[in-house]
Amino acid sequence: MLPDLFVILIIGPVLTAAFLAAFRQQHALQRGLSLAVSAGLWVLSVLGLLYVLRHGIVVLRMGNWPAPYGIVLVADILSMVMVALTMTVAVAVILFSVRTVEKERQEHFYYPLFFILLMGVNGAFLTGDLFNLFVFFEILLIASFALLALGSKPGQLRETVKYLVINLVASTFFLIGLALLYRTLGTLNMADLAFKIQNSSGELDPMLTILAMVFLFVFGIKAAIFPLFFWLPGPYFQPSAGLSAFFGGILTKVGVYAIFRTFTLLFRHAPSFTHELLLILAGLTIFIGVFGALSQMDMKRILSYHIISQIGYLMLGIGLLTPHALAGALFYMVPYVMAKSALFLIAGVVQEATGSTHLKAVGGLQTHSWTLSALFLLAALSLAGLPPLAGFFSKFIVLQAGMEAGRYGYVGIGLLGGLLTLASMLKIWNGIFWGEEKGERRPVALQPLFPSIVLLVFFIVAIGLFPGILYSVTEAAAQQMYDPQVYISAVLDY
Amino acid sequence: MEFVIIGVIGVLFASGTYLILQRHLLRVIVGLSLYSHAANLALMVSGGLKRGRPPLLTTDAPYADPLPQALVLTAIVISFGMTAFAMVLAFRTRQVFGSDGVDELAGGEE
Repeated sequence: MLPDLFVILIIGPVLTAAFLAAFRQQHALQRGLSLAVSAGLWVLSVLGLLYVLRHGIVVLRMGNWPAPYGIVLVADILSMVMVALTMTVAVAVILFSVRTVEKERQEHFYYPLFFILLMGVNGAFLTGDLFNLFVFFEILLIASFALLALGSKPGQLRETVKYLVINLVASTFFLIGLALLYRTLGTLNMADLAFKIQNSSGELDPMLTILAMVFLFVFGIKAAIFPLFFWLPGPYFQPSAGLSAFFGGILTKVGVYAIFRTFTLLFRHAPSFTHELLLILAGLTIFIGVFGALSQMDMKRILSYHIISQIGYLMLGIGLLTPHALAGALFYMVPYVMAKSALFLIAGVVQEATGSTHLKAVGGLQTHSWTLSALFLLAALSLAGLPPLAGFFSKFIVLQAGMEAGRYGYVGIGLLGGLLTLASMLKIWNGIFWGEEKGERRPVALQPLFPSIVLLVFFIVAIGLFPGILYSVTEAAAQQMYDPQVYISAVLDY
Repeated sequence: MEFVIIGVIGVLFASGTYLILQRHLLRVIVGLSLYSHAANLALMVSGGLKRGRPPLLTTDAPYADPLPQALVLTAIVISFGMTAFAMVLAFRTRQVFGSDGVDELAGGEE
């Protein structure tokens, strides 16, 4: 009975979106209901995570068709950690949006679109079927296109066009990959695929490697890994701060999650090629992202480039493919997504207060609001990996796993990346918060904007103080990921 | 038969790639829709093309696989929606920039 409630994580947002779309003039209702529903879904996702931790993988068979014939929703610990993380960021973003989104955009379906986006993201995390994953990808894409273009400013339109073209090309290759996969193995249910791949006696391996590369290309575009990251800084720079925070925090992670899922469950036949390639790409992603960030002179652009370099660390965990490394990668994900979203929201507050986020145009903001400066420092230092904040433990576990695997070169790259991250965070600090006072000071009350940021920073500090709780969760998730048999038997045995 | 379809997929992909690399938004969108046609055909072929077979598993008689057709149907609907959105976006872009050339999109506000 209780497991059936998991489906609310997907249909709840879409019902809310439909309801809100019908009452687009009722501003108070739009705000109130959005907050209430997102908070409710957040509670549900945390309860769901606790349930899965306690009772093992939950499998929902849609229409009661047995797997692999029907579509299944599978909630394992990895999925539920991602869903709970998404909902945490969503609550913060909606808290921020109710204060910042102007009437114009609110009347043009800002909240309904945001809930459709949430539905797509949650669905992508929970589905157990690759074609269904494609469908949820498209849902979250169309909502994100509309949200990016909302307002129709020239810069927004330009970036939406780019984002749309690159993502539709990726979708085409996703379909081609699905066609090849179906032709090769005759199923698209992830557990069934994994089962068939395990029982194939090596004759399929060349084809599977090709498929792995097709899917790596598709998910690599979504996740913005090394050669495919070029589209990212633009679209994430243009929209309002709340959206930047959600896009930067969550949307690329959907691609990372898909890589996690496919490269732990399906493509395990030749790790000496596929996962080695992931490691090389991870190293390059860390480097390119961090140097890109250092060369920028705008707070939001620096943060956008940082998304790329941080994704490198997540890829490092999956490339090493040891239980410890997988646990580390997932541990990395949680505080990093929170810190990244918090930093984008802080950039939004800076924009509200001064009208710019350019390092040359703004300065000395710490005398204007020391609370904002303190929040920035906590989030930024966590991102750079300074103890005792959560980011330190994330980097520590991933790099420790690298040492255990004997990959010292990658550990070195990771450490250097952390150092350069610190340098670019200090660049923002020096430019915007320290130094002489520059730029205008708009008479806006900043305090109402803080709760969302405080919420995220609270979790970063809490995880830093009690890292053991999160680590035990991610360790359990890593055990499920490392042994595909757990997932297969949960889905296929009725 | 399958080889013919595979040839068609190749031609569609080649033309789509050519169009996507053009400098006018409308052509890019037509290129994207050619891409989605190619992908849909590929999905259809993935079940194997057979003539005159029942669409369901009845007895031990050979049957046509219905799943790829369901997948193609879904994919067609999705690509229809995406193309419609892309058209509206291109139209709005043309209104704002006064041109649908990709070059004219550069600059604007930073």
